[in-house]
Amino acid sequence: MTTRKDSKVSKAEPEKKPAASSAAETQAAEPVEPQSGRWSNAVREILSGSAVMSVMAIVLSIIIGGILIAATDTQVQQTAGYFFSRPGDMLKAIWDSVSGAYSSLFQGSIYNFRRPGFVNGIKPLAETLTFATPLIAAGLGVALGFRAGLFNIGGRGQMLFGAAAAGWVAFSFDLPYGLHLLIALVAGVAAGGLWGGLAGFLKARTGAHEVITTIMLNYVAFYFVYWMLSTPGMLQAPGSNNPKTPAMKDTAILPNFFGPNFQLHFGFFIVIGATFFVWWLLNRSTLGFQFRAVGFNPNAAKTAGMNVNRMYFYVMIFSGALVGLAGVFQVLGTVTTGFSSGIDAGIGFDAITVALLGRSKPWGVFAAGLLFGAFKAGGFSMQASQGIPIDIVLVVQSMIVLFIAAPPLVRAVFRLPKPNPLAAANIAKLQGKKAVVTK
Amino acid sequence: MSTVAETPATRTSKVVLEKTVVKSWKAPIALGIFSVIAIVLFGIFGRSGTTHFRISTPDDLIQIPDLHLPSDLTCWILAVVLVGLAALAAWRVQVAAKVPLWLTIIFTIIFLFAFLTWAAAGALIPIPGLLIGAVSLSVPLIFGALSGVICERTGVVNIAIEGQLLAGAFVSALVASVTRQPLAGLVAAMVAGVLVSFVLAAFAIKYIVDQIIVGVVLNVLVAGLTGFLFSKVLSPNETLLNNPPRFDRIDIPILGQIPIIGPVLFNQTIIVYIMYLTIAAVAYALFRTRWGLRTRSVGEHPHAADTVGIKVNAMRFWNVSLGGAIAGFGGAYFTLGSVGSFTKEMTAGAGFIALAAVIFGRWDPIRATLAGLLFGFATNLQSVLGVIGSPVPSQFMLMLPYVVTIFAVAGLVGMSRPPAADGKPYIK
Repeated sequence: MTTRKDSKVSKAEPEKKPAASSAAETQAAEPVEPQSGRWSNAVREILSGSAVMSVMAIVLSIIIGGILIAATDTQVQQTAGYFFSRPGDMLKAIWDSVSGAYSSLFQGSIYNFRRPGFVNGIKPLAETLTFATPLIAAGLGVALGFRAGLFNIGGRGQMLFGAAAAGWVAFSFDLPYGLHLLIALVAGVAAGGLWGGLAGFLKARTGAHEVITTIMLNYVAFYFVYWMLSTPGMLQAPGSNNPKTPAMKDTAILPNFFGPNFQLHFGFFIVIGATFFVWWLLNRSTLGFQFRAVGFNPNAAKTAGMNVNRMYFYVMIFSGALVGLAGVFQVLGTVTTGFSSGIDAGIGFDAITVALLGRSKPWGVFAAGLLFGAFKAGGFSMQASQGIPIDIVLVVQSMIVLFIAAPPLVRAVFRLPKPNPLAAANIAKLQGKKAVVTK
Repeated sequence: MSTVAETPATRTSKVVLEKTVVKSWKAPIALGIFSVIAIVLFGIFGRSGTTHFRISTPDDLIQIPDLHLPSDLTCWILAVVLVGLAALAAWRVQVAAKVPLWLTIIFTIIFLFAFLTWAAAGALIPIPGLLIGAVSLSVPLIFGALSGVICERTGVVNIAIEGQLLAGAFVSALVASVTRQPLAGLVAAMVAGVLVSFVLAAFAIKYIVDQIIVGVVLNVLVAGLTGFLFSKVLSPNETLLNNPPRFDRIDIPILGQIPIIGPVLFNQTIIVYIMYLTIAAVAYALFRTRWGLRTRSVGEHPHAADTVGIKVNAMRFWNVSLGGAIAGFGGAYFTLGSVGSFTKEMTAGAGFIALAAVIFGRWDPIRATLAGLLFGFATNLQSVLGVIGSPVPSQFMLMLPYVVTIFAVAGLVGMSRPPAADGKPYIK
């Protein structure tokens, strides 16, 4: 409804564009808006901008999460029974449950005031960064795919292959410190890249839709890695019947940067480097230019002489490699005592939401990864201290993405002004185009 | 892989239109490859021993004694038959005819039988048990696939099948437990599926958000919501809220006593019988009714459909809702039909296998159903072979549906072409 209105507005008042330059003309053209001019336009620009929209989407999702928490709280349910005689009780119960949940979320993810000393207090932040590290890496991979108009849902498979390769190198070879880590890292990244590249290859050669192939490759990878994990002589720990690898050797483990007290490992700095690399790749390199061109309009890219199919292949290799890097972080940084088939921990799917929230821009993905890392770290402490299942984090995350994907909905909820009709038309055009491109 | 031969228009009194015949060699080649696999694996690397097949259940009207087949010899014979069928397919293509569906089905059945004979050498395979399990596993797949077929035929990609199944499973368990009435659970499951579909439809059609994004996010949302409510509400009150009464099996009098087919198809819960009706209804409605024609036109060429006065977006909205109802219904089978209570993420990727069945079934309800059955069979075969000890690691059996689908979308097995406007929003 709202989008249709937008387009109607743009049709009816095409002269709205020069509104800022001359106030008199604008008054004549728009009798509805009494105080139009530079300032109102600026306010509108800010309020309808994507940053505000992201913040509003997050706020809205957190509110919905709060409603869920309050509604399922037993104290709230009890007090609701006598709401009309003593409404204060219920309101207090609601406040207690929601504020308790979100304060433990904060204390689990940023800073814990209850712990003595700064070093102990800041531990949750380090935890957040640890959770954020693979999220950002995988998010970058998915975002890179988005920029080229490809939808990489194969994060799980690519992570599993990356983890399997890195883990295999890490526990079965004896190499000097540093070199071992480097080779394990490269092996994991290469394996992820290959698995992603397979989907790209299928897309390039046969036109098979990458959404379907990556979903299917997820399962193929899962069962394949599971088979390797449960087969003696492959990945299984010797002398064990469990589908689990032996522990990683010390020479291949990502070093902890702030001493043994903190989980945060060197991977976080690698991921900063990776973010910079993706930024450089997309914005400063020829290859990245081609990626973006293919993403904007494959036909135009083809006309300009680019080999679109080859770009699909390359982009899936890069995308898979970055997701594979997330798998490497999991086995060499987070879980170094040997891994099983659940090592991906759902990060492959979370990465999609991270990339969407970050609007497929490298540093945006970085920020989104930090936020979701905080949700994850805080979610665990929320579960431990308040008994609120960590699944609430999934709900909030997916809500955020849904709201971000539909700005008119958020605008309607918060009664925000509509964006400049010209911009709206552009967005609609872009969205329309994107929808065609992704299929 | 295909050659084009044109037969010139003959100059007769009647006007004969020029005909273009497309010969596709993909099917014979695929069948040939499978025949070669059969010869090499089952024949050359055959396993000696006897394979026993139990065919009758004690309740059957006509008792058929167990089959005892020498594994080696049987495999050779079946492999030869497979080669014959592949040759038949090649001949059909040579004379510019289509490879009929029944040929592929017979080939698949014989291949699977040969595989069973080979894998279970020296052991006993209870055929009815194997098939009953296969049907039971494919019920949600088939409902999901039918939902996917309707949605995609109307031009909306439904990745959210998984979410719809899960929502159906959760709500049906809850409602059936509270009301102690499984039928109420079924209705509630449909409502839940429709609600998920509403979100999908609203975002995809109204807000023109990329359909795949919405679908993926919806899956996460439903998994999170059901997981949260399960841990917070259902688990503490297990007996009150997560203890649904299950449907009893209904034995259809005469049909239920037919050997093999009887216990497999006609001694099932009401959900399965409704499934038969749904398959027939969707297949009929999609290709024989006005609604079906409109649905397909909206999915193939929305502009043309709009020109003749079909409301494209309304059509899509209601069709996606219908798909949601069907998938939600299928989700109820998890809780009211097979398992008996809700557990976290109990659909375990069934929605994605259903999606695979849609593609492998080439967006056709009957073929998608057959694909769903095949995938259910593969999954159940793995567990049966796991018990008797199979030469193939179970993981590879479980991988099969996905590998087959990759081959299908890559166009290596048959041709798979989605509806032309699938996944594209329609902006007037």
